[in-house]
Amino acid sequence: MSIEAPLRPTEEFYPSGDEYDKFLSRRKRRGRIVQMIFLLALATAVLALITLLYTIINDSFGLTAVVNETEPEEVVASLGYDPAEVAIEDLSFDELVGVLQGAISNNVGRRLEREQRFYEDRLVFETESVWAEICSSGEPPAGCDAAPRSQASVLQLVYERVVVPDVIASYELVPSLFAPEAFEEEIEEIFITSPDRFPDYTFDQVQFEWRAWLSWTFVTAPANSKPEIAGIRTAILGSMWLVAITISFAVPVGVGAAVYLEEFARPNRFNSFIQTNINNLAGVPSIIYGMLGLAVFVRIFEPFTSGAIFGIENDNGRTVVAAGLTLGLLTLPVVIISSQEALKAVPNSLRQAGMGLGATRWQTVRSQVLPVALPGILTGTILAVARAIGETAPLILVGAASFITSDPTGPFSKFTALPIQIFQWTSLPQEEFRNLAAAASLALLILLLVLNAGAVILRNKYSRRI
Amino acid sequence: MTHETQAPVTKQEEPATKVDETTAEGMPAPEAPGVIQTVGMDIYYGDFKAVHDVSLNFAFNEISALIGPSGCGKSTVLRSLNRMNDLIPTARTDGEVFYHGENIYGEGVDAVEVRRRIGMVFQKPNPFPKTIYQNILWGAKINGFKGSKSDADALVQDALEQAALWEEVKDKVNESGLSLSGGQQQRLCIARAIATKPDVVLMDEPCSALDPIATLRIEELMLQLKENYSIIIVTHNMQQAARVSDKTAFFNVELNTKGQRTGELVEFSPTEKLFTSPDRKETEDYITGRFG
Repeated sequence: MSIEAPLRPTEEFYPSGDEYDKFLSRRKRRGRIVQMIFLLALATAVLALITLLYTIINDSFGLTAVVNETEPEEVVASLGYDPAEVAIEDLSFDELVGVLQGAISNNVGRRLEREQRFYEDRLVFETESVWAEICSSGEPPAGCDAAPRSQASVLQLVYERVVVPDVIASYELVPSLFAPEAFEEEIEEIFITSPDRFPDYTFDQVQFEWRAWLSWTFVTAPANSKPEIAGIRTAILGSMWLVAITISFAVPVGVGAAVYLEEFARPNRFNSFIQTNINNLAGVPSIIYGMLGLAVFVRIFEPFTSGAIFGIENDNGRTVVAAGLTLGLLTLPVVIISSQEALKAVPNSLRQAGMGLGATRWQTVRSQVLPVALPGILTGTILAVARAIGETAPLILVGAASFITSDPTGPFSKFTALPIQIFQWTSLPQEEFRNLAAAASLALLILLLVLNAGAVILRNKYSRRI
Repeated sequence: MTHETQAPVTKQEEPATKVDETTAEGMPAPEAPGVIQTVGMDIYYGDFKAVHDVSLNFAFNEISALIGPSGCGKSTVLRSLNRMNDLIPTARTDGEVFYHGENIYGEGVDAVEVRRRIGMVFQKPNPFPKTIYQNILWGAKINGFKGSKSDADALVQDALEQAALWEEVKDKVNESGLSLSGGQQQRLCIARAIATKPDVVLMDEPCSALDPIATLRIEELMLQLKENYSIIIVTHNMQQAARVSDKTAFFNVELNTKGQRTGELVEFSPTEKLFTSPDRKETEDYITGRFG
């Protein structure tokens, strides 16, 4: 092409002159085509990811048509404030309790107080004598021991019991941004053409509000059958308990097994048989682990998983610990394999250096091999745990409760988990639960992201230590 | 005689009686027994015989060089002198290796103890990914070093001084061992090896990954170390063997009927003699470049 010097004449088997130019451009073209295909593959993956995020975010935020039983402004105004200046969130604790007191019956109030009291030092709905009596009875209610309600909890109650918002329709994010008036027209049309759909309300009562389905209240509120006030605190806590138990089971066992297989086991038939089995176990569908967990942890080990041997009363072994151990088993092969890979990547010269100084094998592994392998082990482990946190099938089998409002308090609690909650919401008919499911998916993704970020930070910290 | 592939068998040893037994039976050599003696050593990898019938006597406080063409088993012989070959699952050593009169392949001898007494420096510098200080102190610690912090400091300084590295690194002992140049890393590995107070240091082609200047420094260092240590070195570089060693062993490869290449000791003589008037024709061919 551009090189003037003639090719060496003897090389008759090689193309020369124009022929070479064509040959060269053909080779380059081929390279460009392949590069193009790879770029397309990457674009497909990115597109899929964007679509996923778009769908979830689109459903998680947007305009809603809400009818409140009592407007928050009215509540504020009833206390003598100017609604233009003070929002309901700005009210003090005492004012909120006062609003509640004025709005709900004494019976309901007593029930709420028995769940969790309002003040440390005084009672609002109960009388001291009755309270003392029920708290010294055989089965005292939760409120006797629990810490008093927080500001957020009381505000939640005010929304739940006084404001009582009813979302009658919701709109997706993108049309909400670009054509909000279309939504209002749509709702108005419904009221005109089919008044039977919302028999209790008139169009004038409807307010159009922006709503972030994924909000702090959503994250901190417990599950509820009303989509307006339902939250995922129970599910998040359940998922975190599961992750904690999964990690504390799968990581020590998995890393230990990997260290044995890589550093101590002699290559023989038995060990290669075990190795093959571990590799195969990594591919076993998760539902099968669920069946295993049901049979072993829920049934056979029931005295342990139900907490009976620790003096905890439970009807059965469908608890956090049973599900956590099941997920631990599920992740175990992946933890073992990735830890093995990390150990394999440690140069042999380090082992020789250690042993050559008169260290035992364990001393060498402990001080020289494991520290070098640690970042890799962490990466593999976190990927495995990320898989576990999104698992639904085994949890359904092991018996995660699909509807539960009390937070898990320990390894022997009944529980639900984020994926279970999402699954349950998507199967409900009301449209608003679809928004909740999307918001919960977003929360699950964020939780995963946080876990992964934590792992990356940990890994970088260890790999920087010389 | 024995081969040791399992984990160390026993903790309780009876070295005193053992020494007497083995010295009584297995001391055929008429010359003065050196620090390490091999008697009829055969080394196998699985079914393959890598080295055949090696009998050598390495003297105290001398540098002994092992030379020979590729694949002649000189590294294999070296690694069997402190039982590093045990780390290869299929490797097996027959025959006897006496260290201060005791067969290191004998029953009740723990490979870990052998390696603590017979240190090793490898072909490629392999410092631990830790600080220079930790690199040196770790070997001492795992061998039960009981000194105080100042004793440890002194140990590190002493080892680095002996390895002629102290002047270069004294201000940065808390930096990574990997931040040093190749030649410095190799001297760090030597310092690390001598910090556990061995009396023999095995060196497996210690300069093959280094430039000529670094090589020269290591050679000078070896000549200094010889005062306190017995050194056995494998080298590809005949000039190096000629420059530093007191005695040289020449190994050659023999093709057996199955087409396997088995290494064999051809000659073990004082270096000067081996390079000027070798006893055997093969040796002369090799050192004059007429190898084949």
